[in-house]
Amino acid sequence: MTTWHSPTQEKIEIRTAESAVRTIALAGQPNMGKSTLFNLLTGLNQHVGNWPGKTVEQRQGSFRFEEHAYQLVDLPGTYSLTANSPEEVIAREYILREKPDLVVAVVSAANLERSLYLVSELICLPVPLVVALNMIDVAEQEGVQVDAAVLQAALGVPVVPVVATKAKGVKDLLNEVELVFQGRRILMPRLPEVTDEHRLVIDQVSDLIRPYVPGIYPVDWAATKLLEGDVEMTARMKALLPATRWMDAHAILLQHEDAILSIASGRYAWVERVIRAAVKRPRLGQVSLTDRLDRWATHPVIGLFVLAGILGLVFWLTFALGSPLQEWLDTAVVAPVAGLVSGWLAAAPAWLHGLVVDGVIGGVGSVLTFLPVMVIFFASFGLLEDVGYMARAAYVMDNFMHLMGLHGKSFLPLFLGFGCNVPAITGTRVIDAPAARLLTILVAPLVPCTARLAVLAFLAPAFFGGAATLVSWGLILLSLTVLVLSGILLNRLLFKGERTAFVMEMPLYHLPNPRTIGLLVWQRALSFIKKAGTVILVMSAAIWALSYFPGGTLETSFLAKIGGLLAPVGGWMGMDWRLTVALLTSFLAKENSVATLGVMFGSSQGSGLAQTLAATYSPASGLAFLVVSLLFIPCAATVAVIRQETGSWRWTLFNIAFMLVLSVGAGVAVYQLAVAVGV
Amino acid sequence: MALNAMKHSLAELKPGEHAALIEIHAGKGALGRMSSLGFTPGVDVEMIQNYGHGPLIVSVRGTRIALGRHEAEKLLVQRAAA
Repeated sequence: MTTWHSPTQEKIEIRTAESAVRTIALAGQPNMGKSTLFNLLTGLNQHVGNWPGKTVEQRQGSFRFEEHAYQLVDLPGTYSLTANSPEEVIAREYILREKPDLVVAVVSAANLERSLYLVSELICLPVPLVVALNMIDVAEQEGVQVDAAVLQAALGVPVVPVVATKAKGVKDLLNEVELVFQGRRILMPRLPEVTDEHRLVIDQVSDLIRPYVPGIYPVDWAATKLLEGDVEMTARMKALLPATRWMDAHAILLQHEDAILSIASGRYAWVERVIRAAVKRPRLGQVSLTDRLDRWATHPVIGLFVLAGILGLVFWLTFALGSPLQEWLDTAVVAPVAGLVSGWLAAAPAWLHGLVVDGVIGGVGSVLTFLPVMVIFFASFGLLEDVGYMARAAYVMDNFMHLMGLHGKSFLPLFLGFGCNVPAITGTRVIDAPAARLLTILVAPLVPCTARLAVLAFLAPAFFGGAATLVSWGLILLSLTVLVLSGILLNRLLFKGERTAFVMEMPLYHLPNPRTIGLLVWQRALSFIKKAGTVILVMSAAIWALSYFPGGTLETSFLAKIGGLLAPVGGWMGMDWRLTVALLTSFLAKENSVATLGVMFGSSQGSGLAQTLAATYSPASGLAFLVVSLLFIPCAATVAVIRQETGSWRWTLFNIAFMLVLSVGAGVAVYQLAVAVGV
Repeated sequence: MALNAMKHSLAELKPGEHAALIEIHAGKGALGRMSSLGFTPGVDVEMIQNYGHGPLIVSVRGTRIALGRHEAEKLLVQRAAA
């Protein structure tokens, strides 16, 4: 139907259903400000989930504009529509299968040539297209000027200049969308041409596959994807075509194995023609802001100091601001609530009172007090990401990550892990290669998260007094060393030292957008609260039940029996059954170990507990306990997300077993060593 | 791999030098990713940062892209008229 290879496409019909909700898909490459535009349009009316059956984030939202309801679907950020990763498949399948009423392509004026590459693919699909020309301000700061009207004439589809970070031009964009819907904008897209040689090959392949291509795919388009060596389309057509026909098609494709390069060149040639008249480049010799900042930020030596300085600042902010807030929540909110509920339940059976006050409020409440610490950490992380710094952090850490057979990109999720391991593991989605991603997931739980750091911050002074700071830093360093050694070991043993390509865009620096960061923090906080209300709630109740039944006291409980069974192992680490049980409950949530010790030593007051612990345990036992706490098996929520992201119970169980052996091994070694040197 | 006198690996360029990309030696997946990022035969590549070890930064089609040294060594270029 559509002759997509011809220089201009026939006029695209708009499906006009007056009252119905209009669906718009937002497409764009990474770092084009697509999320900023999405957030601007939908505000808090958005829903974050996963694409069905995929570990790729899906964001949908709704808004109204001039009497019309719109549904906005944020497609994954992709550089092209050729399947290099699940993201590209999702984006194109959504457009072809779900047929949105319109696609808005977000391109960056500061990066026009590269960002129009995706448009060269989108414009060939049978769906109306409007181009949002974003980041005009960033482009001007780099000395680049883009003439939207000239670009629009060259593309044959509407081009609307916007500055999403400053909410500029959004109304113009929606007006243009409205005009398209009313049929008052005639779209005459100019399509990339195909060289004669490829025209011939595409026709040959098209003829072979035509009767078998599912109706949603334009046949020429499917043939082009095959020629590009698209993994997903190849597998699909191989399954659909009779064997002999596939062999014929495959033989043609084999002769043109490098076709991807000339197809990409053809698209870029189209892009060059489109922008030739529209873009004014900066004068030569002009040093941009990004160049100036990168002299420091990406320098192999200075860059590491910059990174260390920024990390130090983030941690300082997180704990200097977050810890007092956490304490305040604990004493001013959780404790009074527990008191209040305790009063209501005065007449209730003892077990119900215990379940609600000690189990639910004690467990869930203490986890929720971590909210300020996490919010501050994630806000800092979001800020660094939004201004464009995180790509520089990945770049300067690339050499170091090579030790583990990983590259710079793996540093980003690991850094996020200092806040919480759960987003760190979902964050590994930025890593292209499956083996590198799996390895990053396996070592990510070794990053000490805020919860573990809080345990460390509480217990180190109890055991070591004045030397606490020194011991704490030493332990964090130890845990990171263990992480690196584990990475090296796992890479050698499981991945045979496989290496993966490091190719990463370095976005231009730009001013942060409070809305983007705010929404990121809001979503993280929301998912944390949800987790506290579900997984942690159930586990809190379960652990409490284990610590209460059958006798009604901790000393005679199932939990104590389990602790007793494990006492021999605990003994090698200088830990009695109470420390062992505290460690076990940290599986629920890392900070639980402190709460459990509090329950067992019958002290709810922090200072009292610290003194009791100092009097009960030797520094060697304390040290061993802290080492094991830092390296112990991932918490329940982390385990759940490891299972979700790896899609495999085998790897999940392997990860748990690996960390169990590691932590107990380290605990025994540290204790025996400490005793030997007479600590 | 025998290098023609005219061909160099991208990793040999010094900061500020321009070169035309001639050949890309990469696996199929990497080839697709790199070509969509703008690495196509004939394109002008400018070296932005290269300290002779570790990753490097180039500018292609107006975009800064970080490359591992290993990846850069597999891109063959021809220096712009010296």
